[in-house]
Amino acid sequence: MWLKRPLQERSTQLFLGILFAALVLVTLANLLFPEGHPLHVTTYTVTLMGKYLCYALLAVAVDLVWGYLGILSLGHGAFFALGGYAMGMYLMRQIGDRGVYGDPVLPDFMVFLNWQELPWYWHGFDMAWFAFAMVLLVPGALALVFGWLAFRSRVTGVYLSIITQALTFALMLAFFRNEMGFGGNNGLTDFRDILGFNLRSDATRLGLFIATGIALAIGYVVCRGIVTSKLGRVSIACRDAEARTRFLGYRVERVQLFVFVVSAMLAGVAGALYVPQVGIINPSEFSPIFSIEVVVWVALGGRATLYGAVIGAILVNYAKTVFTGVMPDAWLFALGALFVIVTVFLPQGIAGLIKKRRKADDDQDNDPEAEPTNREATA
Amino acid sequence: MSFLSQLADREQVFTFLTPTDSPVDVRHGPILYLEDVNVSFDGFKAINNLNLTIDDGELRCIIGPNGAGKTTMMDIITGKTRPDTGSVWFGSRHNLLNMNEPDIASLGIGRKFQKPTVFEALTIFENLELAMATDKRILPTLTARMLPEYRERIEEVLETIGLTELLSRPAGILSHGQKQWLEIGMLLMQRPRLLLVDEPVAGMTEQEMERTAELLTSLAGKQSVVVVEHDMGFVRSIARKVTVLHQGSVLAEGSMDQVSNDPEVVKVYLGEGI
Repeated sequence: MWLKRPLQERSTQLFLGILFAALVLVTLANLLFPEGHPLHVTTYTVTLMGKYLCYALLAVAVDLVWGYLGILSLGHGAFFALGGYAMGMYLMRQIGDRGVYGDPVLPDFMVFLNWQELPWYWHGFDMAWFAFAMVLLVPGALALVFGWLAFRSRVTGVYLSIITQALTFALMLAFFRNEMGFGGNNGLTDFRDILGFNLRSDATRLGLFIATGIALAIGYVVCRGIVTSKLGRVSIACRDAEARTRFLGYRVERVQLFVFVVSAMLAGVAGALYVPQVGIINPSEFSPIFSIEVVVWVALGGRATLYGAVIGAILVNYAKTVFTGVMPDAWLFALGALFVIVTVFLPQGIAGLIKKRRKADDDQDNDPEAEPTNREATA
Repeated sequence: MSFLSQLADREQVFTFLTPTDSPVDVRHGPILYLEDVNVSFDGFKAINNLNLTIDDGELRCIIGPNGAGKTTMMDIITGKTRPDTGSVWFGSRHNLLNMNEPDIASLGIGRKFQKPTVFEALTIFENLELAMATDKRILPTLTARMLPEYRERIEEVLETIGLTELLSRPAGILSHGQKQWLEIGMLLMQRPRLLLVDEPVAGMTEQEMERTAELLTSLAGKQSVVVVEHDMGFVRSIARKVTVLHQGSVLAEGSMDQVSNDPEVVKVYLGEGI
């Protein structure tokens, strides 16, 4: 099985080990130590970390298409937001008659707009299984249609980046409209519970954090499974020499489409886990700036490594939290400076540093020639 | 009614009855057949009424001055460029004009580019692995495993192209000549019926050229090989039959001696020392 291969790999084991250790430690620190204890992790912090993990999953999805397939998507925020909206619709339906207007079916904003009945596309979202399936299917379907059109016409490089940007911008404008039935610029909010658990309780928040960690682990293993398979090597081939790959008999556009759709679905899952933790989804998640920021995380962490994307996403967002607390106006300058510094001094990102260290260790330990052959034996 | 009479016609073979993934049919002679092919780019006639047949197992050299349409001809055969008019057949069963690049490649036409194109980020072993003739659809590729017979085949080709020692190094470190060899090795992995080789010895040393000549001549017979080359010495050393292209059509065809004594050819090549 292609999914078993990454689990036998040292780097993936290390990644999963660190991730699970962090999950366990944070959970224990939250539960065992009383409030006020120096080792106590507040629920607020737990949710904040849950948010970082959602971003990390989104960054992994972007790295899969950008790092390994060479498709610089500046619109992955769209898939993230669509997954988020699917989850938001489910959470809205869960409110039931506890809304301000007390309508048993219609969400508050629809009552406010004087709508008499639920639009057709809101049906089914009261069922968790349906909503969770939509979290995968809606971003996947959009990626399928968009990718099919783009890759079939052999749109690549900067042109593709521009149309992905246009895609997310167009969706943002559409979702801003009240007539769309997604709450306009206020979006969806005021959620009560998920699967019967109260969203405002500490236990649910901790549960969501752990669920996000597990989703990140699964997403990472899926991506790693793809990139270490022969299909991953074909992706790299498409990235570096598209025409050559085609003359070898591979259908480049199908490889691109497959990986792009998988990536969009992962982004959707990240968005779906993000919404219950931050408590709101609105069209600003579609904003082009957000999608570009995701690319910056990946670039900072190190392209085409996957774990670099995780490091980049967590680090940049942590810095953002700290910075916007201290001096909110300076954040964009700090991000810009960080980006410039990394591009100039660390062209391979933070992961490049780690690789260098590992390589230096290897050179000391043994002959570097001997190492890659092991990789082939397991491949 | 006419449909019924069509059905009753026992001479006719319906298109849906002929299998699409059938092997190449060369019982009636040539493996590659180009007839009256025309291509123009923005009014410039790159290929002008080109007629060319390559027999099964033949080694053919194609020469011609710059802009004679050699690379465009390869683009047409491999499906990269669509001709304005004309027909291109592979064997007597496959119309290449109805097929796209991956289909043509899986049918058994391999191509080496003018500029050596290998996957520099992948190892030499992986380069050959990707080129191997296997099921190239998405899911089989995702679940593909390295079988012992695949490994053997790759090692065999590595031996042929003399890169065995470098198998786990990235292809990016290879010299220009070695990249040419790796690309030829990738062609061999595809087990093609027809190899189109664009300038195989560019950037090679005398010695490497000799080995390339040996390799290409040893392939002919089992496979058909079409070589486009500028280096006259190299062409002379391998060619049995030479086709001279000029301004998009065939100027002369025959043995190297015949061709080089043809006054037309001499005129075209004047000063190029044929």
